[in-house]
Order: sequence, then C-alpha cells, then structure tokens
Amino acid sequence: MAESLVEARGLTKEFGDFTAVDGIDFDIHPGEAFGFLGPNGAGKTSTMRMITTVSPITSGHMTVFGLDPTTQGRGIRQRLGVVPQEDNLDQELTVSENLYVFGRYHDMTKAEILPKVEELLEFAQLTDRADAVVEHLSGGMKRRLTIARALINNPDLVILDEPTTGLDPQARHLLWDRLYKLKRDGATLIITTHYMDEAEQLCDRLVVMDQGKIVAEGSPRELIERYAPREVVELRFQDGQQEDAVARLDGLAARSEILADRIMLYTDDADDTQEGLGSRGVDPEQVLVRRSTLEDVFLRLTGRQLID
Amino acid sequence: MSVQAPSRITPVGRITPFRAQRIWEKNYIAYRRMWKVVFSGFFEPVFYLLAVGIGVDAMVGDVTLPGGSAIPYATFVAPAMMAASAMNGAVIETTFNIFFKLKFNKVYDGILTTPMKPSDIAIGEIGWALLRGVLYSTGFIVVMFALGMTESWLAIFAIPSATLVGFAFGACGLAAATYMRSWQDFDLVTLVTMPLFLFSGTFFPLDVYPPLIQTIASVSPLYHGTELLRGFTLGIVDSTMFGHAAFLLVMGLIGAGIANRRLDGMLRK
Amino acid sequence: MTTLRRSLRFAESEVIAYRRTWRGTIISSFVNPVLFLAAMGSGLGALVDNGPGLPIDYILFLAPGLLAATAMQNGAGDGSFPVMAGVLWRKNFHGTITTPLGPEDIVWGRLLWGTARLGFVLTVFAIIAYLFGAMDLGPGLVAVIPGILTGLAFTAVITAWTLTQEDGRSLSTLFRFAIVPLFLFSGTFFPISQLPGFLQSVAYVTPLFHGVELVRKITLSDPDPSLVTTMPMWVHFCYLVVMFAIGIYLSIRFLHQKLRP
Repeated sequence: MAESLVEARGLTKEFGDFTAVDGIDFDIHPGEAFGFLGPNGAGKTSTMRMITTVSPITSGHMTVFGLDPTTQGRGIRQRLGVVPQEDNLDQELTVSENLYVFGRYHDMTKAEILPKVEELLEFAQLTDRADAVVEHLSGGMKRRLTIARALINNPDLVILDEPTTGLDPQARHLLWDRLYKLKRDGATLIITTHYMDEAEQLCDRLVVMDQGKIVAEGSPRELIERYAPREVVELRFQDGQQEDAVARLDGLAARSEILADRIMLYTDDADDTQEGLGSRGVDPEQVLVRRSTLEDVFLRLTGRQLID
Repeated sequence: MSVQAPSRITPVGRITPFRAQRIWEKNYIAYRRMWKVVFSGFFEPVFYLLAVGIGVDAMVGDVTLPGGSAIPYATFVAPAMMAASAMNGAVIETTFNIFFKLKFNKVYDGILTTPMKPSDIAIGEIGWALLRGVLYSTGFIVVMFALGMTESWLAIFAIPSATLVGFAFGACGLAAATYMRSWQDFDLVTLVTMPLFLFSGTFFPLDVYPPLIQTIASVSPLYHGTELLRGFTLGIVDSTMFGHAAFLLVMGLIGAGIANRRLDGMLRK
Repeated sequence: MTTLRRSLRFAESEVIAYRRTWRGTIISSFVNPVLFLAAMGSGLGALVDNGPGLPIDYILFLAPGLLAATAMQNGAGDGSFPVMAGVLWRKNFHGTITTPLGPEDIVWGRLLWGTARLGFVLTVFAIIAYLFGAMDLGPGLVAVIPGILTGLAFTAVITAWTLTQEDGRSLSTLFRFAIVPLFLFSGTFFPISQLPGFLQSVAYVTPLFHGVELVRKITLSDPDPSLVTTMPMWVHFCYLVVMFAIGIYLSIRFLHQKLRP
C-alpha cells in the first residue's frame, strides 16, 4: 500500500448540534489529484479546514504528512499551500508584496523568496501586474494570485477549495492549465468543486459527499460506470404531450427520469433506445443524445427525485 | 514517516518560535505607500494643542495644582492631550482596522494557513499599534518642547508612558474588536472613548467636580494615563505614579489575554 | 413625476435604510455634543469663569458655538461616507438611476432627508442646552434654522468633493485637515478675537465661522463686542446660501458624470 499523505478515519466535525462532517474515512496518496464533490453544505469546506489544521477535529483520527494536526499544526502548515474558497488576499499590498509577505510567514529569507516570486508571477501570468495593488485586479487575476501565493513555499500538498467558482470560461481554462502543470511537477492536489467537468478534468480519484458523509468513491470513469449507464437521451415534447409519452416509455431504458420540461433516458445504447421510441410511436419535438457525465452520477447520488 | 518533497526551499523544522514581527513586516510594507495617512494622524492632537494654547489658555489663565503651584493652562492640558491621542490612536488601529481585516477581507484566515498562529497575530498587531504610537508621542513631545509646554527634562519619560497607555487601550480595543458585529457597533467605541477623553482630568482638574464624580473619574484608565504623563512633563514625580503605571499594565495584560483567546476561537473554528 | 416627488421617493429609501442603522448614529449625533457641553461648559467653564474669563458665563458662549459645530459635523458626515457608499461601496446610486429617478433627484432627496435629520438633532440639542441653562428656549429653537442651513451647506459642498475622490481614504484626511481645524478655530470654543491677526482674517472666510456667528447672534441678545464680530447677519446668511448653491450645482454635475459617464 502506498504511503498516505493524508489519512482520515471516522473524521467528524460538529458545530454545536450541527454535524458538518459525519465520520468519514479517506486516504490521499502522494502525487495524485484528489477531489471532494458535493452540493453546498455537504461538509467539503469543513473537511478542508480540518486538513489545513485551522479547524479543530471534533472526533475521529487524522494525520497529515504523518503528523498530528492538533499538536503539530505549524509543522503541517509549513508544507501546505492553501487556496481558500473566497480570496483573502491582502488588499493593501501589491501583487508581488502579497507573495513576498507569505514567503516571510513561511520563514523564507529574502534571497529565497525573490526568485520564487518572479517564477510564480510568470506561472500566474501576472508579471506585468506585479506592482498593481490587489484591489484593482479582476476576479480571474485575484484567483491566479491566490493560487500563486499558495505555492510560495513549494508545498508538498496543495489544497484548493472551489478554485474556479465565479470565473469566466477563459479564466477557468487558464487555471486548469496551471493546475495540470503543478501536478506534472509532482505536487499532490486536493480539490473541492461542484463543477462536474472540473472534477472529470482534474481528479484522479474523488469522493462524493452529501450531508457530511461520503456516498461514493472512485475515479471519475469508475463512478460513471458504476452509477450511470453510458449514454443519456434527453427528450423534449410540445405542450401537454409529455404526460402522454411517459406511459409508453416503460422498460425502454435502464433508468428514466421525468422532469417538468423533459424526460431523460439513461441507457447503454442510445441507438437502440431511439429505435424503440419510433416503434412505440413516441414523437418528441427535440431529441438530444449525449454521453453520461459525472453530473449524472452526482445528481443521482445527492438528490433530485429519480424513478428507476 | 515522511513523504519526499520535490524541491523544498524551506527546510522542514525551521520554525521560528517568535514570529509576531512578521506582522510588523507586512504592515511596514503596506504603510510605506500610506505614509501620508500615518503622518496626518499626528496633526489632530497638535491642532487641539494649538487651539488650547492660542485660544483657551487666555481665557483660563493659570491652573493651581493640588500642591499649590500655578502653571499656565496649556501646560496643564498638553500632557493630557498626548495621553488622549495615545488612547485614540491605539483604539482606532485595533478596532476599525482589525475589524475590517477580520470580518471583511479575511486576511487573517489566509495568514493562519501558514505556520503563523493567532497569538502571533494578536501580539503583532498590538505591537504595531504601539510602534506607531511611539512615533506620534515623540513628535508630540517635540512640539510641546518647542511651545514651552514642558517643565522638566523628565518629559522624555512621557514617551514610554504614552506607549503604556497605548498598550492598555490597544489590547482592550483588540479584545473589543472580536465582539463587534457590524460597523454600527463602532459608535459604542466612541461612547466609551469620548467620555474618557472629556472627563479624565484632561481639560480641567477633577476637583471642579463633587467628590462622588471624582471617585468615578479616578477609575478611568485615561485618568491614570494623564496623571502619569502630567507628572513627567511637569517634573512632579512621586510614588503614586507606580500605581498609575500598574493600573495600565494590568488593564493591558487582561485585554491582551482576552483578545488572544477570542481571536483563537474566531479564527480556528 | 415632478422633481420634488422623485426626490421624496429617494428620501424615502434613505429613511427605510435608516430604520436599520439609526442606532449607530445616536452617539455621534446626540450624545457627543451633550458630553462636550457638559465637559467644556461646566468643567472648563468653572476654570474660565474663575480666571480672566469672558464678559459672560463661558457656557452661554460655548453652547451656540457647539450647536453650529454639531450641524457642521452632521452635515459633513452626511455628505461624505454615505455618498462614497452610494457610488462605490453599496453602489445603491447606480441602482437608483435605472429607475425614473436621476442623479439630481438623489442629490435633492439626500438633502431633504438631511434637513429632517439636522432639524431633529439640533432641536434636541437646543432643548438640552436650555436644560443646562446655556440658552433660552425661544432663541435656541430659532437658531436651529441657521443651524440647518450651516449643516446643509456642508453636506452640499462635501458631497461634490466626495464625488471627485477615487476611494475612501481621502475622506479621513478631509476630517483631519478640514473639519477638525474648523471645529477648533472657527470661534466654537473661544472668540476669534483671540487669534493672531492673520488667522482672524482666515477665520472670516471659513464657513463654520459664519454659522457660529449667526447662531450666537441669535441666542445672545445684545452680545459684548469682544464675543462676536460686527458683521451684519445677512452677510453670514448669504455666505452660507451661496456655499449651499454652489455645492448643489457641483454635486448634481459630478454625480451625472460619475453615474452616466
């Protein structure tokens, strides 16, 4: 068994009566990109905060780099890079000063920090904004700077809490590109997200959390295979005709889901299913065939009423 | 057990135990660009001093001290203005500024993901407020000296005394900042500092009041600060000054203890 | 809708917001002026009245000065932070102009609301000063009117100035280098006849001086010539009206430029 960078057993976080994280187990191995997926309030951020040692564990057991977060917090944080959900850059400082100051928090010397700052400005494509005060940056630039800041100490483990929430598509793709690069260079990544495409793109392994518990675990491909048939046929009907069609769909797909505005058929062979539609006289206004995604897995596991 | 890092710069295990000075470095970098704002903070107490020296002094004439000697009114008020400005400077720095960083831009949440601890932040921010205070106090003493409002070379000790006032109020201000819910609560800060400013023997000796009010005023921390500074600038030093200094020191330590515990609870939950 | 109606609509939105934030203004609007009156009027007053002093009790001299200074502080406060919030922090002005309301309605609406608040704050002050024995009630209440004018003149001019600023930092500079010196040297605490000659001439052109003189000439019947100047009251009045008018004109102009560039 590979050594675990982070090992959690029965990890629990309670805030008063509310259980945010409910006895979860996971192992994160060196060099992998590990994802936590889940809707808002599933307990992802609380888990991240326990790993970064800023949130005391209520019960259970966890080690990070083999160290105990309760007593060896400083030693752990020294080897971490953390990208929080909301940017918490120092608005009073410039781009390069934000990087410099974080280097100092990590006890790096000026001689160690300055070349690293240059390198990270390059990495984050912020070299020409080095002396701009953070207040005046765009959302994407701030996000890139927050990520660069997390890398100032060459961390062994980088924790990214919803790294691309609120960014436009260009900025998201640029960020993904930077994260691939990090991973190629050997960093271990922990990513929380509720974007399924992001999880599919970035994560080697992931867990799906819901109401404080882990409800599924595996690689993106494994999860799709386990929880969602290969293809999805989405049908839209003219006003009032959907109800009529529902009765005739019985047994046509592995699973079907009826929504207010459309019907989704989960199937292993979309051609087969479409033929079946024709032979049963179902005549939708619009048919869309697509591969099933992690989103389908996610919705199945964490809610939206399903009919098997 | 440990995991091999690809290219680590900081050797693991190199952790400085005392690192509040990292907060000073951060503030120093930020304030280099805002020196005008810092510099301007020096003027408000000087304006008050000039108003007293030019205008009010002529209406009041001399003030008779409890010992029987008479001094010009402006000389009486000047050390009190210095103590009050040490109080105000420390309170503004630790309440408004810290509240903003704590609640709005969450700077401290970021800092705590590094090896820094809440106590580093508490000590660092209070220490920074004191450093600023020393600058202001030094400037103020120079102005007092130039206007002939110091009576003794002991006035130089008014600088560390003002720093002690700053510590007492800065630590309590930081503790207060952790209880603030919104900007509207800052009016409550004024509700405390304004009466202290006006009724701590600042503008007139407490003996103009009835005995009951005198007793109430004598527990005011600014009263102790004012007495301490006034003793030095007038060159009238006696053993009661230990009492004043001890009052301020204890107040500061209590405030710092509460601030540290509260910050820890707020930032690490 | 007429301009008045639209302005009233904006004032209404200010009232609704104020219902949630009024608690944060009680102390600076009501408590602080009263504390100053108590500390300076009674405490310092005891020293002044025992020393060389003034021809009248110090508190009688101080109270009208504090009334005008309170008007200035409230008016300046109203023209600065809420305006910066409207265009930059809360950005509620940007939302407002997507409705039939325009920049001029915002400016007038704020002044309508400011008038109401100033009227209330200053009336309360006059009544408290009366209870302190620092003013007669009748003249005190009449003096609220020039007090309101003083406050609005500051609101108008400072609104215009705030609209030319990029961020909030300069606002504290304004208070440090304009409002505090005016508070201290415009005759609030001591007659400006005690200032050195050239500073007296400077004081004559400052707005708070005219507000203070106007209020003091109303509350002190037949004041001693060492306490007030011989300038006729209409000069003070015109000064404040002109300042108000210029402030309004520029505020509307700058707000147009800011919201509809």
